[in-house]
Amino acid sequence: MSDEIILLDFWSSPFAMRVRIALAEKGIEYEAREEDLSNKSSLLLKMNPVHKQIPVLIHKGRPVCESLIIVQYIDEVWSHKSPLLPSHPYHRANARFWADFVDKKIYPTGKLVWGATGEVQEAAKKELIESMKVLEGELGDKPYFGGESFGFTDVALIPFYTWFYSLETCGDFSIIANCPNLVAWAKRCMQRESVSKSLPDQYKVYCFLMELKKKFEAK
Amino acid sequence: VSTQAISDVVFIFISASEAGTSQHNIYIKTAQICGCERKGDMAESNVKVLGTWASPFVMRVKIALHLKSVRYEDVEEDLLAPKSELLLKSNPVYKKIPVFFHAHNPICESLIILQYIDEVWTTSASSILPSDPYERSQSRFWAAYVDDKFFPALRRLLIGATEEDKKAALAEVVEGTVVLEGAFGELSKGKAFFGGDNIGFVDIALGSLLGWIEVIGKQCETKLVSEAKTPRLVQWADCFSAHEAVKDVLPDVDKLADFGLKLRAKILKALAPTN
Repeated sequence: MSDEIILLDFWSSPFAMRVRIALAEKGIEYEAREEDLSNKSSLLLKMNPVHKQIPVLIHKGRPVCESLIIVQYIDEVWSHKSPLLPSHPYHRANARFWADFVDKKIYPTGKLVWGATGEVQEAAKKELIESMKVLEGELGDKPYFGGESFGFTDVALIPFYTWFYSLETCGDFSIIANCPNLVAWAKRCMQRESVSKSLPDQYKVYCFLMELKKKFEAK
Repeated sequence: VSTQAISDVVFIFISASEAGTSQHNIYIKTAQICGCERKGDMAESNVKVLGTWASPFVMRVKIALHLKSVRYEDVEEDLLAPKSELLLKSNPVYKKIPVFFHAHNPICESLIILQYIDEVWTTSASSILPSDPYERSQSRFWAAYVDDKFFPALRRLLIGATEEDKKAALAEVVEGTVVLEGAFGELSKGKAFFGGDNIGFVDIALGSLLGWIEVIGKQCETKLVSEAKTPRLVQWADCFSAHEAVKDVLPDVDKLADFGLKLRAKILKALAPTN
């Protein structure tokens, strides 16, 4: 039944990676369609007219948009296998809080570290390191953010690992020196097939981001 | 003491218990009516909202609690004063209100709080999110749209320093209302609310902004939710504002306007470059 589920995808998008990981965790078969973001397909524009962005999950012809909303949808529909959100309401709230923190504080700031220069980049670098340390604090001694099992917050954050090389190279700093536990956590996640098969190589991502950066600078 | 007075008291407590949760206790207060002073409020001692009357995000939490008939302690934070110890301690990450406390556990971020309330107080007839996963994803999508796209544009309109800034923000806000009018058509399926027959997640997310929408609109001398462009939203706004769970939470518009001026001044002062 693989034509029942379509993912409008883009190889280097951390948000699309979240969805790929969730689908893999649940053992769901689907058709991935790679979008050309400079020439968006009519299907993408039809399925996500508000944001015109990937990822979009199309299930039985109906679109679900926004990566964390998609992951929750997947978790609720395929609830019998590998639950991503915990069952207790307080722990669920906590998982949502930290996934939301990742969206607010990690990716936008990270983008400025590899994408900007000068003062803007410096300020972003400081903020990013601070936010990563906050995450490390939340992780503590646990193997995963969810505790013993890989869960929602882990899914939200792990695609960020694909930016590590880019951040260190552009920002001229060492992530492992600043956040050793977070690096250990990332490597632990990468041992899961759902993660390692969903994340592209860091250097490949770096080359792609540097091309993007040239385009921003040209504008 | 008349038997009528006693049965009134018992009636009140039984109704509250039926409407609410298993955590409501039935107090037979015959002894108190006879002699002592009435016991204070019936708020569940372990449910607290740290917020302010003017914040739409705090309003969301209160509306949800009213919908579920959960009594709570209302702790006011003064937005014009330095942040309280309680706020800094309970929300160290963002230092923002609302903070919701349940059994001493703090929960932050209004939409996350709403989902928590919906998941804990399930015996009530009023479900905030729908039960179907696809409909839930749609509700989450539109609530996120309100927070990620609509509210920031509204805020830019409030604090816009130049005419150009205000004009650009106004265009964005109006466009947002048109998009939301479309969403209303899709989600309400002909009923009065985004949530259908009763108010739900999207109603609360957007409806909590109505006071500010009116205040900011008056400042710009424009009706931001207009009959011309968004007739269904106009009607929805009236229904929402009149709802039992909402009407005591939405603030007086003049009081809010006055507060808005003070808040705008405070924000602009904070944003101004220092020499």
